[in-house]
Amino acid sequence: MSTFTHRVCPATGLRIHSSAENLIKANAVTAIVFLSVGGLFGLMVGLTRWPGVHLLPADWFYLALTAHGLDLLLVWIIFFEMAVLYFASAILLNSRLAAPRWAWTAFALMLVGALMTNVAVLQGNSIVMFTSYVPMQAAPHFYLGLILFAVGALIGCFVFFGTLVIAKEEKTYQGSVPLVTFGAITAAIIAVFTIASGAIILIPTFLWSIGLIGNIDTLMYKTVWWAMGHSSQQINVAAHVAIWYLIAAVVLGAKPLSEKVSRMAFLMYILFLQLASAHHLLVEPGISPAWKIFNTSYAMYLAVLGSMIHGMTVPGSIEAAQRGRGYVNGLFEWLRKAPWGNPAFSGMFMSLVMFGFLGGISGVVMGTEQINLIMHNTLYVPGHFHATVVAGTTLTFMAATYLLVPLIFRRELIMKGLAKWQPYVFGLGVMGISLFMMGAGTLGVPRRVWDITGADAILKFDYSGAAYLMMGLNGVSAIMAALGGFMFIAIIVGSVFFGKRTGDKPLEGLTMTTATKYGSAKDIKIPGTVVLVAVFFTAFVLYYFVNWKYLAEVWPLR
Amino acid sequence: MGIHPPPQRIWWKEPVARTELVWVIIAFLWGLIMFSAMIYWHMAGEQNLSNESYRITPEAFAAKAEAMVEKYQVREEAGFPVVHPPPGSDVYMIAGLWQWWPIIEFEKDQTYRLHLSSMDWQHGFSLQPVNINLQTHPNYDMVVTLTPNEAGEFGVVCNEFCGIGHHLMIGNIYVTEN
Ligand code: HEM
Ligand SMILES: [Cu+2]
Ligand SMILES: [Cu+2]
Repeated sequence: MSTFTHRVCPATGLRIHSSAENLIKANAVTAIVFLSVGGLFGLMVGLTRWPGVHLLPADWFYLALTAHGLDLLLVWIIFFEMAVLYFASAILLNSRLAAPRWAWTAFALMLVGALMTNVAVLQGNSIVMFTSYVPMQAAPHFYLGLILFAVGALIGCFVFFGTLVIAKEEKTYQGSVPLVTFGAITAAIIAVFTIASGAIILIPTFLWSIGLIGNIDTLMYKTVWWAMGHSSQQINVAAHVAIWYLIAAVVLGAKPLSEKVSRMAFLMYILFLQLASAHHLLVEPGISPAWKIFNTSYAMYLAVLGSMIHGMTVPGSIEAAQRGRGYVNGLFEWLRKAPWGNPAFSGMFMSLVMFGFLGGISGVVMGTEQINLIMHNTLYVPGHFHATVVAGTTLTFMAATYLLVPLIFRRELIMKGLAKWQPYVFGLGVMGISLFMMGAGTLGVPRRVWDITGADAILKFDYSGAAYLMMGLNGVSAIMAALGGFMFIAIIVGSVFFGKRTGDKPLEGLTMTTATKYGSAKDIKIPGTVVLVAVFFTAFVLYYFVNWKYLAEVWPLR
Repeated sequence: MGIHPPPQRIWWKEPVARTELVWVIIAFLWGLIMFSAMIYWHMAGEQNLSNESYRITPEAFAAKAEAMVEKYQVREEAGFPVVHPPPGSDVYMIAGLWQWWPIIEFEKDQTYRLHLSSMDWQHGFSLQPVNINLQTHPNYDMVVTLTPNEAGEFGVVCNEFCGIGHHLMIGNIYVTEN
């Protein structure tokens, strides 16, 4: 049929075209390089915020924090997402990639942009944090780099859409697209919206930095910036939830409980999450309560509903698959006998739990109009998003990499024993940083601050001993997370270069046999998942009302 | 499986398992409750930000703050004037690189109209250990009508990154027993 070079994957029977394969490799490798750079900055930041260690001097701290946010939130995640998009289109649909030249152009633009912005930060004249709130100004090439990066990512999205069209025309698959691809489509649609908002705000800011525009309103900047900044988090959520389904399918042969419910949940992301940029603006001047409430309730929390649905359907499909395999005893045999030694599975499942319990609950609470008042810009905020974007997205992407190495790079993992432990070390470390930063934030410790002792300040304020304790524990957890990150890089880089070539059973040793056909609607029984979901819901409700109580105790104000 | 096309092409007509349906309904109702909670708090709660704010130039705002200091200054600490404005009055606090100016003294259980604005970049007004956090912009005069309900010495730390001296930006608010 097609004249393009391809091979057939021995594990899945999918046709893999070399054009897609090479692009997936390039994007994933670049992503991981930036993960290691950004992670190192994270470790230094964590150690500086540990008052007993206080590693970096002030100027280096703020520089490292700017680089940490940019290299991880932006560069690592989006490069990896490009790999995910190409995988979910070309590989899963058995198709060739549309316009590989354009995909390489996208790759080059993103790389040049990322490097340019990094250079600007390292030169020391663009230490503005990744949010770069005006009127604080960075060097022009800081913004230009971001713009190039975004244009590249946009081109990548169009290559993805083009591939969908080609696959449909060339009839490389039967019926509707798979669920994982469907999730990737929602991610890519949100990405287009995100990048458009980014262009609306970054291009004028760039012109302002070279003197062509006189003044940018600070509130307008923030509103549009977060239309980009927040919806880009929805790209991450859609992408990592799609990968949860992917890993559940590849490792356990899990089948979605119902395609309809899972797909509707993805659609809700598109329909409702864009409105959410308001929850970054809850304590800004001059924004009306009605607008805040409408937006923070995401039109009545319909997008949160989407995530809560995935929160049941992902573990539910795993339970159904495991029960189908014969693990039917009690509530949790299916979970106990899950492949916990397989880093793809353990990483994915920990990510699911932490994203829901830590990231999800804290996010909804903090995004409540009035409660935001007692959390805004404290360390609670980074605590929350390390649960979503590190425990959630990053850990999921790491788990996915354990499948990419044998399937796409066609290498066996080296250091399999270490790989077993890696998700736990990283996961526990990240759980620590996110919990302890949230704790410190509850005690009032601000984010993005080099020193909380006030040693050099004229007027003073003393934080409680508990706050210092939290910062110390956060530092210890940062070391653990960095260790987990280092293990990951060592294993993956080592495997890609030195791993044995895989034979015709690439997933052997990593996964179990493919499951039976069990798991479609009607008669599924998932009592274990029901219990897990009930625990989650109880925690959610309790924590939500506790925070209203905290709020009720602060000074009355209006 | 999630990586294969769905068995039924018309996936949106599939039946849905009861467990799933029940959870969707519970989650939806919970969303409605959380939505109503915010509205309820506007009626019954005491911590609701109004959106009272005005456009103002940094110079005009500084002039108002200086006029207030002139009128109500009671003493000086570490080079900062301490003001004790009468209850009910308009009180101004300037955010600027890198200080909160002046030091303000409130009386317990009295209500004040606190104005916040920045002279330069954005700053974060974070009242500690109460943990009230507000964003301070240049060119916007944000008015918060507040009623301190405890006496003591409080810190105002900056929690929006504002350059190399960000961590130095600490101010004070005192609340006196009356
Ligand atoms: C070794 C792992 C990591 C450690 C130890 C770590 C630690 C930290 C710490 C201590 C902060 C500083 C909070 C503050 O002072 O305000 C921070 C900020 C941040 N981190 Fe991480 N982090 C890690 C991984 C990641 C990853 C993987 C991502 C993104 C995917 C990420 C995204 C961010 C962002 C966006 C910020 C905020 C920067 C800002 O305020 O401008 N971190 N991190
Ligand atoms: Cu400041
Ligand atoms: Cu500051």
